[in-house]
Amino acid sequence: MNSKQTLVVVGNGMVGQNFLTGLVESGLAEQYRVITFCEEPRAAYDRVHLSEFFTGKSAGDLSLVPEGFFAANGIDLYLNDKAASIDRAAKRITSANGVTVAYDKLVLATGSYPFVPPVPGHERAQCLVYRTIEDLERIRDAAAESKVGTVVGGGLLGLEAAKALRDLGLETHVVEFAPRLMAVQLDDGGGLMLKLKIEDLGVKVHLNKNTTLIDDGASCLHKMNFADGEVLETDIVLFSAGIRPRDDIARACGLEVGPRGGIVINNQCQTSDPDIYAIGECALWNGLIFGLVAPGYTMARTVVAHLSEKELAFTGADMSTKLKLMGVDVASIGDAHAKTPGALVYTYQDGRSEIYKRLVVSADNKQLLGAVLVGDANGYSTLLQYCLNGIELSENPDSLILPPRSDQSVGLGPDALPDSAQICSCYAVSKGDVCSAIAGGCTTVPGLKAETKAATGCGGCAALLKSVLDCELKKAGVEVNTDICEHFPRTRQDLYNLIRVEQIKTFDKLLDQHGRGLGCEICKQAVGSILASYWNDYILEKPHIGLQDTNDTFLANMQKDGTYSVVPRVTGGEITPDGLIVLGQVAKKYGLYTKITGGQRVDLFGARVEQLPLIWKELIDAGFESGHAYGKSLRTVKSCVGSTWCRYGVDDSIGLAIELENRYKGLRAPHKIKFAVSGCTRECAEAQGKDIGIIATEGGWNLYVCGNGGMKPRHADLFATNLDKATLIRLIDRVLIFYVRTADRMQRTSVWMENMEGGLDYLKSVVIDNKLGLCDELEQQMQYVIDSYQCEWKTTLEDESKLKRFRHFINSDQADDNIVFVEERGQIRPANEQERKHFQLVEEMA
Amino acid sequence: MSAWIDVCALNDLQADSGVCALVAGKQVALFYLTRTNVVYAVGNFDPIGKANVMSRGMIGDLDGEPMVASPLYKQHYSLQTGACFEYDDVKIETYAVRVDNNRVAVKIEAE
Ligand code: SRM
Ligand SMILES: Cc1cc2nc3c(=O)[nH]c(=O)nc-3n(C[C@H](O)[C@H](O)[C@H](O)COP(=O)(O)OP(=O)(O)OC[C@H]3O[C@@H](n4cnc5c(N)ncnc54)[C@H](O)[C@@H]3O)c2cc1C
Ligand code: SF4
Ligand code: FES
Repeated sequence: MNSKQTLVVVGNGMVGQNFLTGLVESGLAEQYRVITFCEEPRAAYDRVHLSEFFTGKSAGDLSLVPEGFFAANGIDLYLNDKAASIDRAAKRITSANGVTVAYDKLVLATGSYPFVPPVPGHERAQCLVYRTIEDLERIRDAAAESKVGTVVGGGLLGLEAAKALRDLGLETHVVEFAPRLMAVQLDDGGGLMLKLKIEDLGVKVHLNKNTTLIDDGASCLHKMNFADGEVLETDIVLFSAGIRPRDDIARACGLEVGPRGGIVINNQCQTSDPDIYAIGECALWNGLIFGLVAPGYTMARTVVAHLSEKELAFTGADMSTKLKLMGVDVASIGDAHAKTPGALVYTYQDGRSEIYKRLVVSADNKQLLGAVLVGDANGYSTLLQYCLNGIELSENPDSLILPPRSDQSVGLGPDALPDSAQICSCYAVSKGDVCSAIAGGCTTVPGLKAETKAATGCGGCAALLKSVLDCELKKAGVEVNTDICEHFPRTRQDLYNLIRVEQIKTFDKLLDQHGRGLGCEICKQAVGSILASYWNDYILEKPHIGLQDTNDTFLANMQKDGTYSVVPRVTGGEITPDGLIVLGQVAKKYGLYTKITGGQRVDLFGARVEQLPLIWKELIDAGFESGHAYGKSLRTVKSCVGSTWCRYGVDDSIGLAIELENRYKGLRAPHKIKFAVSGCTRECAEAQGKDIGIIATEGGWNLYVCGNGGMKPRHADLFATNLDKATLIRLIDRVLIFYVRTADRMQRTSVWMENMEGGLDYLKSVVIDNKLGLCDELEQQMQYVIDSYQCEWKTTLEDESKLKRFRHFINSDQADDNIVFVEERGQIRPANEQERKHFQLVEEMA
Repeated sequence: MSAWIDVCALNDLQADSGVCALVAGKQVALFYLTRTNVVYAVGNFDPIGKANVMSRGMIGDLDGEPMVASPLYKQHYSLQTGACFEYDDVKIETYAVRVDNNRVAVKIEAE
């Protein structure tokens, strides 16, 4: 006989699974035989992020169950099997598939179902709901053959569903019974602002609409008829009119349920039968159903505590929410409707930027009771903390919602929060918990997430978590913001890894999944560069264009007057007389200024944007390639004449330089990369001042890395000696890709080395001794880049649509009249301001 | 007198980037932000770099405010108000834009 008691969990949704995890973590799972019934065809998944199913996440991506979880912890899972009835007298439960088990303790985590109003016609084809992965599959299939979609219900979920329909390419309508959107969370002003913003995005909102009948449409599948006589034709009807607790089996076995549904529970989450608990959206506490996951998780913790005979009570939950609906920030905190007697209200409305903010403050003007934010929810964390922790307000609470005047900052520093302040409500992590993890040596956001679980649920607390971390580190004297910019709370290296691990191919996707806002020149360029070094797509492919700095967009370097320079590649600095003649002829034909650069090639200056394709056409026809002078990529491999001509030369430095330049040209990196190859230790090519330097010796090639000229010169480090060419190339491949993967944005190899923990020895251990086991991968990645090289100018000239961009005006063939040249030493140069004025005057008089 | 002037087709613009148009004798930089689906129009002259290059700047937002960064010296300008984020006394022109039937029109003072 098994001496263990049996614990049965009905429902393996978000809360049921959270409960099982808590059971395992507390060690209780070993004391019970644990069985769970899961009605759906798959174990628990992240319903909160369900909509991401439409943006590329698979059911597997959304899963909340670690690989092997049930087996490893001895939990019996009955998948695709619904618990059908409970015999409380016999303490036995029977499933739809006929499984019967006896229980000692029973936990009901059956969640809720979408309420479908009993409108005649609601059961027609393509009348759907939004709750499970199967629902989303149905919506996707229906959308494939539809033009118009309508969501019934303008609440939180309804708007999320509307976004999904819009993203599926449908003309989208929202029909709401109430006179405003998000009636539960927002007041009239906030609802109105939200409606304006959402209509700006192309979704049509119909308020005060009571649907009375759905029947055949003329132009669409359905016609919706409203009480006010109006009609709306649509192909899909998506009901999102609220949720109802799934209390059917509880009701059938005589457990107490609320008058409008919900399994009644006490502060320990026990139902009217003390051996049966209910948690999550099916539970009714104090007359309330909680339609969010955080309260459900708190209930789950409460039951784990109760089973372990620990003190913990569920005493309600904060229902504040912040979210982005179709790119619009919306937040609601506490008593948003000012129902508290005597409450004072402050509102701020900015019609131009469509921002609405409202504060609800106690009668004595000292406590924040609630808030509504639409269009700009930046203040959410601060306001929520005021509200939850009863922090006393300053004399002018309105300063919390007014735009900051001059440079005064109104944010509440994390320092002002008491240790008891809750940072993460999903996992009940307090500021004290976070601080002790930091004191214990956790100094990064990912580290804190792993250690405390904070910010691993809905993610709403991530910004606050970071600010607590920053503040604590600052107090400890550590200066650390490695975020690339305000749009990505990540380092360049994090972004690189995300792109690699999640195989992300566009900035938009990365921003959707890991960033916020619209991006800026910093993160766009950094991501553009990462995508280019990882995928090596043509950089002017549509999704990448906006990520390029103007130099990359026009494949040329912008000069002070808006003209460009043209730098063809001259590998190793070697150029034929015919090549020189072509450069001279082209420069002459287009009136360009010419100069020999410090990188052993020729630069042609003063080209207007509309001349660039013409110039490049001639250069390419003559056999030249782009020199990537505009890119954060390989620039030049400088060389000396070496053993071919020089009386001291030990080996063929020109030959190697040309080979290397051809090998690595086009490689995009965090910053530009320069090489040089010298034929002997006299070092005429200055290899020890380059990112990669190579010097010929009697015994083979010596490799130097991480040198720099420029602003802060650094002598390169000797990395390996007496190498044959194949080994040399292999080492360079590895060093460069390791640099591409791990450096910060705009970090030359010299600075990268200087910041590397373990320095040169560490780099050697990775690249030479293969300490991380990465060498093969690094070489393969380099091979991929080499194999996918293209001359960007050649590709551009072959594509008419790309050339459209090389005009000064999109709607006229005129040139920019602000570009004026004067002559100096027999060549052109940009006119200075005085010369330009003089020139204009002469023109006007003429 | 200001009037709406038809400039180009919506797909003449560059998604998430800029182009320059000649509108009633003025150089106007047009930016198309696809994430918010808004088109902005500002003056093409960079008041600090003193060149007609704003349309070649990169766009995005700072603190939620849509902006363009000068391609020359990287100062940021609000696409809504034209205000320079770095210098209080520097500003570029802004113009109203209308997209109708896939045509882009700009409201501008006739010269
Ligand atoms: C044209 C040239 C000067 C010349 O007339 O000789 C030049 C011109 C520019 N250099 Fe340079 N550098 C040129 C050789 C160098 C060299 C010498 C070399 O490569 O051997 C150095 C020092 C070596 C080094 O980089 O370690 C050099 C160190 C810099 C730096 C400082 C880098 C640093 O790490 O400190 C910058 C600024 C930057 O990149 O951030 C810079 C940036 C620039 C920029 C891109 C500045 C700009 O943004 O407008 C210039 C534009 C070039 C253009 O419009 O075509 N240039 N620059 C040389 C082009 C070489 C080529 O053929 O590609
Ligand atoms: C699109 C969408 C977006 C959301 N966004 C957010 C958000 O941003 N923030 C937030 O806090 N909340 C959000 N929610 C709500 C959140 O998903 C729920 O609060 C949470 O899933 C509740 O967990 P639960 O376990 O109580 O219910 P569920 O996750 O629904 O799980 C219940 C499970 O029990 C199963 N079941 C029911 N009866 C039986 C039975 N008799 N036998 C066996 N199995 C049974 C059901 O099939 C289901 O799988 C969102 C919900 C949706 C649909
Ligand atoms: S490096 Fe040596 S071989 Fe090369 S040119 Fe100078 S002296 Fe000659
Ligand atoms: S509040 Fe949801 S993850 Fe922290």
